[in-house]
Amino acid sequence: MADTSKLRYTETHEWVHLTGKIARVGITDHAQKEISDIVFIELPKIGRAVKGKDSAMVIESVKAAFDIYAPVAGKIVKINEELSKKPEIVNQSPYENGWLFEIECDDPLEVESLLTEAQYQNAKNTSHH
Amino acid sequence: MSTPLALNRITDLLMNDSKAKVLSKNETRSRTPLIFERHSRNHAEWLPALEGHEETYLKSIPQDFLRKKEANLPSVSELEVVRHFTGLSQKNFSVDVNFYPLGSCTMKYNPKCLDAIASLSSFSLIHPYQEESLAQGALKILFEMQEYLSEITGMDEFTLQPAAGAHGELCGLLIAGAYHRARGSKKTKVLIPDSAHGTNPATAALCGYEVVTVKSNAKGLVDFDDLKSKLDSGVACLMMTNPNTLGLFEEDILEIAKAVHAVDGLVYYDGANMNALLGICRPGDMGFDIVHMNLHKTFAVPHGSGGPGSGPVGVKKHLIPFLPSPRVLKQKEKFLFEKQAPQSIGKLRSFYGNFGAIIRSYAYIKALGKEGLRAVSENAIINANYLRVRLKKMYDVPYDGICMHEFVMAATRQKKKGVRALDIAKRLLDYGVHAPTVYFPLIVEEAMMVEPTETESKETLDEFVQILEKIEKEIEQDPAIVLEAPHTTPVGRMDEVLAARQPNLRFKNS
Repeated sequence: MADTSKLRYTETHEWVHLTGKIARVGITDHAQKEISDIVFIELPKIGRAVKGKDSAMVIESVKAAFDIYAPVAGKIVKINEELSKKPEIVNQSPYENGWLFEIECDDPLEVESLLTEAQYQNAKNTSHH
Repeated sequence: MSTPLALNRITDLLMNDSKAKVLSKNETRSRTPLIFERHSRNHAEWLPALEGHEETYLKSIPQDFLRKKEANLPSVSELEVVRHFTGLSQKNFSVDVNFYPLGSCTMKYNPKCLDAIASLSSFSLIHPYQEESLAQGALKILFEMQEYLSEITGMDEFTLQPAAGAHGELCGLLIAGAYHRARGSKKTKVLIPDSAHGTNPATAALCGYEVVTVKSNAKGLVDFDDLKSKLDSGVACLMMTNPNTLGLFEEDILEIAKAVHAVDGLVYYDGANMNALLGICRPGDMGFDIVHMNLHKTFAVPHGSGGPGSGPVGVKKHLIPFLPSPRVLKQKEKFLFEKQAPQSIGKLRSFYGNFGAIIRSYAYIKALGKEGLRAVSENAIINANYLRVRLKKMYDVPYDGICMHEFVMAATRQKKKGVRALDIAKRLLDYGVHAPTVYFPLIVEEAMMVEPTETESKETLDEFVQILEKIEKEIEQDPAIVLEAPHTTPVGRMDEVLAARQPNLRFKNS
C-alpha cells in the first residue's frame, strides 16, 4: 500500500505523486469504488500539452464514462500502457500498479497548491459527488 | 379501473409471506435454447433447391457477395418456430403488463386505438413514392403535425424526419453549425450541464465540438455563475433539458437564454422531459432556438427495445432555412414537398421519417386536444410528487422540493446497511416492477430516478410504495434476498464486466 499521506489530490478525485518535475497521476480508491468495474480506458497521447482541469482521458465502467482531468499544466510524457489490456488494474491497485499517466510539469510548485489528504477527505465528505 | 394483471401477482406477494419466501430460493433456471440449437430433428428442408437454375441465379449476383459456405439455417417445423418466438415474447417486460417507472424515459401507457389507427390501410399501404396528388391525406397529416408541434412547443417550424431523440439532437446541432457557418462565425464549443443526458455530450462530440461541462448548484439547477464564466464568442450552443434530469424546473432559464444569445450562441432544448410541460409552458417562450421532441415518450408511441421512435425537430424563424429537406408545405389548399432548400442541411432519413409513429402521435394529439394535453402533464406531475413525498421517509431525496414529472431519490441510507441502488433495482424485478433508472444523473450518489407517468392509478403507486417498504424490511432482516436478487427472472445477474470486455455478439456452432 502506498503512503497516501504523501500524495496530493484534486476535487475531481485524482491523486498526484511528484518526483522532480514528473507528476504521476491516478484516481483515488474512493473514485475507483464509485466508478465501479472498469471495462475500458482511453489513455492520453504522449506529448500532448495539458492545462490543469483539462479533460486528459476517459475511463469507462459498467456504470458510465468518466472524464479524468489533468491536475496540473504540463506535457504528457508517459502512460501506463498495461491498462489498455487490463483496465481492471485500476480497480485492484488504484495507488500503485493502476497509475494512469505522468505529466512533466510546467511548474512543479503547482502540485503544492492541490489538496492534501486531509483536505481531500474533507472535500469528499461535504461534496455530493 | 381494474387492477392490472401483473399487479395481481404483486398483491399476492404482499399478502402472502410464504410466497415471497419462495422467491428467495433460487429457482432452477433453464436457459431457453436459441433457434439454431433447436436444429436437431429431421424436418424437410424449406429452402427450395437451385437445381437446374444455378446459372440464372448465381450469374446475377457478384462473386464477392456469394457465400462460400452453406448458410447455417436451423431446420425446425412451423409449430416449433411459433412456440419458440411466442415463448420469447412472453418473457418481455412491458408497460402493458407491468409498472415501469423508468426515469427520463416516460414509459406511459400507449392507447391501443392509436395502433389501430396507424394500421388503417390508407396509412399502412400507402407507398412513399406515391405521387403528391394521390397522397394529399398523408401529406395533410404531416403538415398539420408540423403545425401542432410548433404550437405545443412555441417554435416556428418543424421537421418530422429524425428517427429518434439522439437523431434529433444530431439534426439540431447540424442546424446550429450550418447557421453559424452561414454567418461566418467560428464556433468550437458546446456547453452542457453536468446533469444532462449522456446523448448530449455524445452528439456534440460527434459533431466535432469541444464539450464544456456546466456545474449544477446546491439546488440542483444550472449554476448561472459557472455558466457565465464559460460563455464566450466560441460557444455555438448550450444544450439543456427542462425540467432537468433531477425533475426540477430550471428557474433561471430566461436569464440563461439571454446570456447565451448575448455571445451569439444558440440554446438547444432536449425534449426528453416534455411530458412535464404540455399545455403549461413552451420551450419557445423560454428562449430556446432549437428543440427536439420524443414522440415515443411524450406522444404515446411505443418504445423500448425496438420502437421505432420519432424525434421531430423544431426551430425558430432564423433557423428555418437550415432544416432538413424536404418539408411539407401548403400552397393554395394543396400539400406538397418543398422543392428547393439551398441552405438545408440535407436529408436525414429515407422518405419522411417514421410515418407510422407520426400517425400515432397525430391521433393522440387530436384525441386529447389542448385541455387533454395539459391534463397529461398535470397528472404526471401530481403522480411524481405523490410518490416523492411518500418515499421520502425511506429514501433520501437530495434535491427535495416540488418536482415536475419525475424525481431522483438516493439509496444512501440503504448503502450504509450494505445494500446498493443496484440491488434494490434487481429485487424490484421479483415483485413484477421495472426498476427505476439507477446511477443517473451522475451528480447523485446511489441515484434512483422515478418517473411514474400520468397513466398510473393511485393504487399502483401505493403498491409500489408497499413493495419498497417490503424490500426495506428484507434489507433489515434478510439482506441476502436483496443482494442475490433477482430470483424469478429468466436469468439472474449478468456479468456486465465480461459482457463489456469480451462481448459475444454472434452464435457459433461449437
